[in-house]
Amino acid sequence: MGIRFILMVNKQGQTRLAQYFEYLTLEERRTLEGEIVRKCLARNEQQCSFVEHRTYKIVYRRYASLFFLVGVDNEENELAILEFIHLLVETMDRHFGNVCELDIMFHLEKAHFMLEEMVMNGCIVETSKANILAPIQLMDKTS
Amino acid sequence: MSGGGGPSLMDSLFQRTLDDLIKGIRLHLPGAAQSSFISKSLDEIRREIKSTDSQTKATALQKLTYLHSLHGIDMSWAAFHAVELTSSPSFLHKKTGYLAASLSFRPSMDVLLLLTNQLRKDLSSTNQHEVSLALECLSVICTPDFARDLTPDIFTLLSGKNFIRKKAIACLLMVFSQYPDAVRVCFKRLVDNLESADNAQTLAATVGVFCELASKEPRSYLPLAPEFYRILVDSRNNWVLIKVLKIFAHLAKLEPRLAKKVVEPICDHMKRSEAKSLVFECVRAIVSSFYEFEFAVKLAVAKIREFLLDSDLNLRYLGLQGLLLVAPNHLWAVLENKEVVIKSLSDVDRNIKLEALRLVMSMVSDDNVVEICRVLIGYALKSDPEFCNEILRSMLSTCSRNVYEIVIDFDWYVSLLAEMARIPHCQNGEEIEFQLIDIGMRVKDVRPELVRAGRDLLIDPALLGNPFIHRILSAAAWVSGEYVKFSRNPFEIMEALLQPRTNLLPPSIRSVYIHSTFKVLSFCLHSFLLPGKGVNSSRSNFVDIEPGFTYSESEQEFTETDHATSSSGFNKRDTFTQEAVVNMLTLVITSLTPLAESHDVEIQERVRNVLGLAQLAQQEISCNHDQKEKMVDKVDLKTSIIIRLINDALSEDFGPVSLSAQERVPVPNGLVLEENLSKLDSICADVQLSISESFSLVKPILLPTDGDSVSNQQNEEDSETSPAESMSLLAEHRKRHGLFYLPSDHNKNASSSFPPANDPNQRDNDVEDLVKLTDESLVLKRKPGSNRPRPVVVKLDEGERLPITVKKTDENDDLISGAVRDVLLGNEASLHSSNPSGRRKGESHSKDKVENFETGNSSKRRSKHRNHGKYVEDKEENSEKSKKKSGGRHKARRRADGGIDVAVQKQVIPDFLL
Repeated sequence: MGIRFILMVNKQGQTRLAQYFEYLTLEERRTLEGEIVRKCLARNEQQCSFVEHRTYKIVYRRYASLFFLVGVDNEENELAILEFIHLLVETMDRHFGNVCELDIMFHLEKAHFMLEEMVMNGCIVETSKANILAPIQLMDKTS
Repeated sequence: MSGGGGPSLMDSLFQRTLDDLIKGIRLHLPGAAQSSFISKSLDEIRREIKSTDSQTKATALQKLTYLHSLHGIDMSWAAFHAVELTSSPSFLHKKTGYLAASLSFRPSMDVLLLLTNQLRKDLSSTNQHEVSLALECLSVICTPDFARDLTPDIFTLLSGKNFIRKKAIACLLMVFSQYPDAVRVCFKRLVDNLESADNAQTLAATVGVFCELASKEPRSYLPLAPEFYRILVDSRNNWVLIKVLKIFAHLAKLEPRLAKKVVEPICDHMKRSEAKSLVFECVRAIVSSFYEFEFAVKLAVAKIREFLLDSDLNLRYLGLQGLLLVAPNHLWAVLENKEVVIKSLSDVDRNIKLEALRLVMSMVSDDNVVEICRVLIGYALKSDPEFCNEILRSMLSTCSRNVYEIVIDFDWYVSLLAEMARIPHCQNGEEIEFQLIDIGMRVKDVRPELVRAGRDLLIDPALLGNPFIHRILSAAAWVSGEYVKFSRNPFEIMEALLQPRTNLLPPSIRSVYIHSTFKVLSFCLHSFLLPGKGVNSSRSNFVDIEPGFTYSESEQEFTETDHATSSSGFNKRDTFTQEAVVNMLTLVITSLTPLAESHDVEIQERVRNVLGLAQLAQQEISCNHDQKEKMVDKVDLKTSIIIRLINDALSEDFGPVSLSAQERVPVPNGLVLEENLSKLDSICADVQLSISESFSLVKPILLPTDGDSVSNQQNEEDSETSPAESMSLLAEHRKRHGLFYLPSDHNKNASSSFPPANDPNQRDNDVEDLVKLTDESLVLKRKPGSNRPRPVVVKLDEGERLPITVKKTDENDDLISGAVRDVLLGNEASLHSSNPSGRRKGESHSKDKVENFETGNSSKRRSKHRNHGKYVEDKEENSEKSKKKSGGRHKARRRADGGIDVAVQKQVIPDFLL
């Protein structure tokens, strides 16, 4: 599978969202997140967005105080994943309006819901913002 | 809210919401306060989650999911409640339940069984959002049971609404991997979806699934090449194109005719596309699978150059990666861009530096390895410790690749290793230790230099303080002991081995030191007591191999030693004067006696061995001295007899041991190796302790050499039969001749023919240096000056350092591709019953007889090709037409030949390849 996990982490290294597309135990997740966060957050703006870690390739991008980290297979296209991250941020922006860390914290379920619309089983299945948001908007309307 | 009674009502009324929980966590500082707040909240959740009110339950689960996902709290105990909520009539609660399930369930949970029915119900729901929830959950937590039970439901969704269809398709990948038989049911419909040009997302999902499948076992998907080709040409969706390119990169390796066909459209995309991601994917496909097409590679390399010169760091990184992919087949591409590569070596970004380093290493050949290593050592000294070690590691692995293939001048390489040891940040002690010893055993000619390098390391007291170097010192000590006969001054080595700072070494390494002391001691005594015979006998098997060379060289060394130490005469006997030997014995005894009480058994035992010998010798030699007897008598001394025995044992050469050495030992008759010995445990339980004790105490000191004599014989047998031998004999002959004419200058030449790796004057302007010398050494092949032939390197078997890698494919992948092949070739009707079982049988055999299986398979395949070959000529026109008409025609054909027209499909698809 292409995408193996998606993490959102703030500047302090606290995880704000974690979605895995393969089963890892809690302990494995915690160590993996710790290692990746340490590796990626130590890097600055003058460094590239790709980091190799274990069998993963991490593609990450920083938006304001939030890091979006996507773990992919070695074969995956890095630039396409960067575009995917951007699309994800734009989609969240459209829904929350100037999305920030707090939006994701307090609306974790929605954030997962969006991700599930975009990615299934590690494959990107939807790239249109309107389509991604349609079910959420419907849900907001009915509830 | 209505039901429940007191506590439940209270819970619902005063329940903290998720927002409250998050705010609470934020109020408490990370650490004790926060974790106590979390554990308090957990207690609440435990109570609330049992509530009969589904709103309360859902909120509790929401909170728990939050804690699980972001704070690593275990929630497996709440699995049942999550399952409960999935059956809630409220969509929101259902969603909470499914989210909790997909985030926290593990495959082995019992509770999964309870979910099957709910999943089935939701998969067939009329509400597409409910279906989508179930699919998403299934795609994460799918187990073989789920996959088996739910395959029919997913099958119906494969032709449903687009919103659901794309998800069902993405979910299929998981289902296939869990339950390969699902392929037989769903595959045709999956293939149909390749033609769903009406919906880009469905196509993207389908292609994504095929991309994953093809990456595991591409061969099965060759028959689908026409469909993929159509997508490659028609699609304008970059996501889809990237995936299709990946598929073709896999397929093209298998089928050259296909590669020829596909390379044009890929180049078109590369030229035309604005999207860097697509361009890079084209580049990657070309350089990894279409590297035989000159024009395509040229285009790709031009694109790589654009990337390399871009201001965007990410593109530069990818450019370097692209180069790395080109390097194995088209080194010229790397050379064209080598300035950029070398500049990147001092980039601020570690990842870019690493890629550049890999590229530099890809340029290394036997012509330029000396120069490149020299410059890299300069870089290593300037870099931060982490990158410094990265450089050293890649140098070590490149130079040792394939049994030191690229190293011609081993004297240089040994001095390089010693140089590395002195780099302050060096943490590759283990690898350097291994290589020093390995080279010592494999390359006989380099031993004098090895001893010299080892001496320099041993004698430096400063090095003993650096724990990273200890492993290297251990190798140096072993080398100095084992090959002490090449030493200029054994007494000096003895002093170095016994210097007071050796107490900084860990016991395991100290015991190596002490054992080397033993070897040096016995060598010195031998030379002293049995001067004439000693040299001959100790070197006897050396002389056999290298008669002229070794003898003259070591003889000459001893002469030099005499000059340095005693300056009394030319006879080496004078080095080992009575006085010197007595002094040495005193030194040994005084420095080792305190260690005889060491707590480490290994040290204690070896010390006692050395002391035993030393004390015996001291007694006899000094009493000999008193009585002023003649030297001749020395031969009859007890010591002499012992020394002769010991020396005979020690003079056996260590050789490298083949990985398969153990396998070659025949199993004695009547020994059953596979017998289950578990019964012994109960018998031996109380005996075990005494066994291990006696083992460590009685270990005889000569055991290693004894054991080695076996491997050594074997080693010699091997080297006689090894195929590399004839090549190296020639080199050896040349070497001997060279020495015959230029006997005395040889060593000086050797030491001056390469510059010291770590020359302070040369550390600056490295970049220009490296650019320059790669220019020279890469453009001019074979420098005329290098007339030193490569010494013999003993090889036992190919790739002996690599563990034997048995290609292990997932059994499921095999099953999937097996099923796919059956479906695609349309023989499910005829083979459904017989073939799968046959295949599985074949697999179980194949684990030990891979070759057999492979050949069998390929011959089958070949016969298939031959078959269609007959039709090639007359079908060619046909296939041309069918390609142009594409879509509808294909669909029609496939439906038609579903069951009956097996043969037609077989021919049509491969025709495309031409």
